[in-house]
Amino acid sequence: MRRFLRPGHDPVRERLKRDLFQFNKTVEHGFPHQPSALGYSPFLRLMAIGTRSGAIKLYGAPGVEFMGLHEENNTVMQIHFIPDQCQLVTLLDDNSLHLWSLKQHGGASELQEEHRFTLKGPPGSPPSATQVTAVLPHSSREVLYLGTESGNIFVVELPSFRVLEDRTITPEAVLQRIPEDNCNRRSCELVEALREHPKNPDQILIGYSRGLIVLWDLQNNKATHHFLGSQQLENLYWQRDGSKFISCHYDGSYTQWPVSSDNRQPEPLENTVPYGPFPCKAISKIYWQTTKNGLPYIIFQGGMPRASYGDRHSISVIHGSQQTAFDFTSRVIDFFIIFSSDPAAEFDDPSALVVLAEEELVVIDLKSAGWPAVHPPYLASLHCSAITCSHHVSNIPLKLWERIISAGSKQNIHYSSMPWPIDGGTNIAPDPPQRDLLLTGHEDGTVRFWDASGVCLHLLYKLSTVRVFLTDADPNDNMNTLGEDEWPPLRKVGTFDPYSDDPRLGIQKIYLCKYSGYLAVAGTAGQVLVMELNDEDAEHVVDHAEADLLQDQEGYRWKGHEKLKTRDGPVQFEAGFQPFVLVQCQPPAVVTSLALHSEWKLVAFGTSHGFGLFDHQQKRLVFVKCTLHPSDQLALEGPLSRVKSLKKSLRQSFRRIRRSRVSSRKRRGGGGNASEVQEANAKFDQDALQEMELAPVQRKIEARSAEDSFTGFVRTLYFADTFLRDSSRHCPSLWAGTNGGTVYAFCLRVPPAERRMDEPVRAEQAKEIQLMHRAPVVGILVLDGRSTPLPEPLEVAHDLSKSPDMQGSHQLLVVSEEQFKVFTLPKVSSKLKLKLTALEGCRVRKVTVANFGSCKTDDYSENDLAVLTNLGDIQIISLPFLKLQIRYPCIRKEDVSGIASCVFTKYGQGFYLISPSEFERFSLSTKWLVEPRCIVDMPELTSNNHVHNRSGTENAARKS
Amino acid sequence: QFGAEFRRFSLDRYKPGKFEDFYKLILHIHHIANLEVMIGYADVHGDLLPINNDDNFFKAVSSAHPLLRVFIQRQDEVDYSNFGTNTLSRKKKALVTLRNDNLRRRPHINISMPHDFRPVSSIIDVDILPETHRRVRLYRHGCEKPLGFYIRDGTSVRVTPHGLEKVPGIFISRMVPGGLAESTGLLAVNDEVLEVNGIEVAGKTLDQVTDMMIANSHNLIITVKPANQRNNIIRSSRMSGSSGQSTDSTASHHSLPTSHVLQNFHLDEMESDEEADIVIEGGLEPQHIPKLHSLTSSSLSRINGSSLSHRLQRDLVLNNNSGRESNGNIHKLLSSLKTDPRHSLVIPRGGIEEDGTVITL
Repeated sequence: MRRFLRPGHDPVRERLKRDLFQFNKTVEHGFPHQPSALGYSPFLRLMAIGTRSGAIKLYGAPGVEFMGLHEENNTVMQIHFIPDQCQLVTLLDDNSLHLWSLKQHGGASELQEEHRFTLKGPPGSPPSATQVTAVLPHSSREVLYLGTESGNIFVVELPSFRVLEDRTITPEAVLQRIPEDNCNRRSCELVEALREHPKNPDQILIGYSRGLIVLWDLQNNKATHHFLGSQQLENLYWQRDGSKFISCHYDGSYTQWPVSSDNRQPEPLENTVPYGPFPCKAISKIYWQTTKNGLPYIIFQGGMPRASYGDRHSISVIHGSQQTAFDFTSRVIDFFIIFSSDPAAEFDDPSALVVLAEEELVVIDLKSAGWPAVHPPYLASLHCSAITCSHHVSNIPLKLWERIISAGSKQNIHYSSMPWPIDGGTNIAPDPPQRDLLLTGHEDGTVRFWDASGVCLHLLYKLSTVRVFLTDADPNDNMNTLGEDEWPPLRKVGTFDPYSDDPRLGIQKIYLCKYSGYLAVAGTAGQVLVMELNDEDAEHVVDHAEADLLQDQEGYRWKGHEKLKTRDGPVQFEAGFQPFVLVQCQPPAVVTSLALHSEWKLVAFGTSHGFGLFDHQQKRLVFVKCTLHPSDQLALEGPLSRVKSLKKSLRQSFRRIRRSRVSSRKRRGGGGNASEVQEANAKFDQDALQEMELAPVQRKIEARSAEDSFTGFVRTLYFADTFLRDSSRHCPSLWAGTNGGTVYAFCLRVPPAERRMDEPVRAEQAKEIQLMHRAPVVGILVLDGRSTPLPEPLEVAHDLSKSPDMQGSHQLLVVSEEQFKVFTLPKVSSKLKLKLTALEGCRVRKVTVANFGSCKTDDYSENDLAVLTNLGDIQIISLPFLKLQIRYPCIRKEDVSGIASCVFTKYGQGFYLISPSEFERFSLSTKWLVEPRCIVDMPELTSNNHVHNRSGTENAARKS
Repeated sequence: QFGAEFRRFSLDRYKPGKFEDFYKLILHIHHIANLEVMIGYADVHGDLLPINNDDNFFKAVSSAHPLLRVFIQRQDEVDYSNFGTNTLSRKKKALVTLRNDNLRRRPHINISMPHDFRPVSSIIDVDILPETHRRVRLYRHGCEKPLGFYIRDGTSVRVTPHGLEKVPGIFISRMVPGGLAESTGLLAVNDEVLEVNGIEVAGKTLDQVTDMMIANSHNLIITVKPANQRNNIIRSSRMSGSSGQSTDSTASHHSLPTSHVLQNFHLDEMESDEEADIVIEGGLEPQHIPKLHSLTSSSLSRINGSSLSHRLQRDLVLNNNSGRESNGNIHKLLSSLKTDPRHSLVIPRGGIEEDGTVITL
């Protein structure tokens, strides 16, 4: 065989490869990890989020997304859009300022960094002299005012970042006309806030940390008004007409101040401690919004009574007699209000409150009664409960798609109907070619269905499996209960809820048949649920069966968690996927593999002890097979495998905690900076090694033997209609691969449809293959006579695939962590192999068949294997000849959870977690590329400038 | 007890049957059913070769002209060194005199069971490597002994165009006492590992190299730069190295002269690692012949088999490797041979149980 394969480079093939394969990381879905700053441009109607790893992301209408990365990978502290410009300035924690621009290039807008600047003081001055604390982009668009820790306010020209030294506002100048008792140098330490007068661009309000507030006249370079606050200042906000402003303070109070030409040193109008009288926490930011009816909205962050509610992350909205303290489950980073940006409008008329919390984005509709939340079309918190697995289904039939959306819409009735208020820019990307679903399984027993067709990963429907089981947790979401007479009037908002009541509920495997709507999910405590899509609410009994995978093994004692208790009697299910069969594995170990055949109505499941087959039509267990090695005393006496998996899950949860805490600054390994650091680290490590002569990190070289425990772990299950026994008759078969390199094949006898309920499904073991290299089997696949992978169940019945070639000889492809091997069928003899580990030292982590179309001609496409290795490389391997086509570095090899979370799609794309809350989407195909392509036009400076992008809004409405 | 004793009996040349049957037959004819004996034969060149499985039995029968001279020895008297090509010259004389005898006892000729010798290591490619390097091959075909060494990261000094440079390298950090690596004496702590099965280690991480070694553990060839350079082979004395090699290559295949016997032993295939996977058929129809060479090689050490019946059982052990035992195994193994065109044996079916779907404990 090998002799006939062309060695080396074939120019035709090389050209074809260029037309087929291309690696791109296209878009990051989900919620940015560790956000640290928020900005909004009412002019562009774009929102910007900065992160602790130096990323900056801009969002507008759904599909309008930009991303930039600061080379320094430092925390973004502040983001300020330049008024009426497509530009923004970021301040990092290394005190550097960066100017970013949205430039149009090739018909689409791009975010580019234009300039960077670090403020330098005179020689010998302390670093605090130039430590920027407040940034004010002036409406003239020509200068930036930079307040510093020293109390100096520097003026910097844009876009050159040239310091205009003669215009610096020094504390000395400010203190000139102040009464003696307030006049000490310390009152001007640290500029806390800078606000431009809403009507008069020549006046700016300067707030110093110690409470002094000054209205400064830029023309005459002098202070016109002094406001002597007694409390430590947190922030300032002008009323729209410029006649008053409001200040908020460290003690949880806010104060209104009048600004009039007759009194140069006015007394406060009103001083309020909204959650007094007991000591309160600081109010760190405040908005004052005027409305037509005269009652203003006062919206502020914090201010809760220190003793009883000091740990809450809250934002309060006060409007007349209405008052609500929105209570977030994670820290509030920042917030803004969307209000009428028309300068001619008389009132602010706020429409929405946008809050960036550490783990989610929450938007509150201020126009509708009850202030409901708005369902965000993007920035979904993927990790509202930790993601435990994911599953991708390409090309969903329209019918199923609509049914899932309708089930989801019934769950979303408590959301506001307001169109998405952040709607800047226009999405000009072509409509996604097909409907794709990404299903994520979560630790709390839920499965979330995401629309993964386009740039916005949008939640369609959420399924909970909790109802089937008896747990301590109340299955009803009590998220939005309003305690009427409670004070403070707290109201929980958002969906981020990282606390799982029972880890056994965790979802481990998901399989969805897109043609029949059958869904199988399997979980941590050996539970396997088969569900059916029902458009109506229903109450029914879930059939329950137990699969004893140990059968007659003696002397085995399970020391792990107990199996989940089930509810007796009928259970109420809401419209959507409703379980009708529950199989519980005994011992209740984690389900490690799952396969569903919707045509044969069979579901197969495997754990570390064995695997079983269940007929969900007749609701009967067909067979179970124990895969524990009989000589494996360890596994028999003490469930070592279980201990290991528990350890693993512990490790995983620790890792998760760590990941959510520790900044992942270097998560994008591409930067030269990071790799330098790595190199330096490596060098340092080695030097340290040499010097210390301590026991170094060492690895044992030992061949795997059959006596290894943990070999029974079932890694993969596969249904195939193929020639298992002889070459004349094909039959349904079930294949299972274990961690010990064993493949079992079972011949199945499925009665014909008309007698499906009358005759039992039979199974008979037909083959057992022991791979000599004993590496874990991660994939099994049967290729038909044309060397094409067998179609999915029902695919042919729906005319979506050619029927497989049953004339030629079939081949079996077994993918282990170390090798790819093709065997003939029915006589299993090795035909071809590709050794990966023996040659490169890398191991297969994930493998899928993907279809690659040529970008040049529409009629050419081929099937290849997409492989992710433990080094984070992606390799494409041809079928059926197993030739390595191309290799791309994709994930850092240290990023274990990224590698573990990777899923491939059927058309050469993929997803992996770059943080607990974000999926990176990548594409290996030249043809299927989902990436943001959008345009941000400079809106005309007219009086109604937010009509400019109706199309974007409509787009959003249609999508959601 | 074994005096020289000659018997003559006939066998169907084209349907020689199974080795086991033949073995039983011999024991029966000689009335020595309770003894463990070693059967050998003289081939066309007069070489004394063993008969201990179906393949060499078949070969022996088919090459007999016209008579097959079979030698039977008690197992404990076997002198293993007598097998092999060198028997040609040494025993020539004796064999000539025996030419017309069909069967004969020669108690003073000790015939070996080759599997008692097992190569554990060899130095190879001495002629193409620099003197400072050593390429060591470790044979681990299924032996109980662990490979038994550890590797670590480290730095080594290389001569580069820019002068001496420190580069990261992989080193042997520890030997397991009693392990294969230690017992060879060819590897030592602090030896730098340069290549694994022909692939350079440079630029690979410790984990990668570990995985490569484990993936190649059935036939591991590592090139090292020994920490102790004093024991290096000097060019002039290359002989010792290559002679060691040649011994190994014969020894590695049960000392059987590959050119003469056992056509299904392909040296190349063996060397290129082909550990064939074991397939156990569940159906009633025999379908597949397990590749015997891999089977034998993998089980060599398991059985210091002295009896022929053990030999067969050894083949069963192979299947046990796959984790299952079966009372139907013998039958399967035997029956599977039927499909091979070279064999025209009709197997007695009786006495062996078959339980349909194979092999569960």
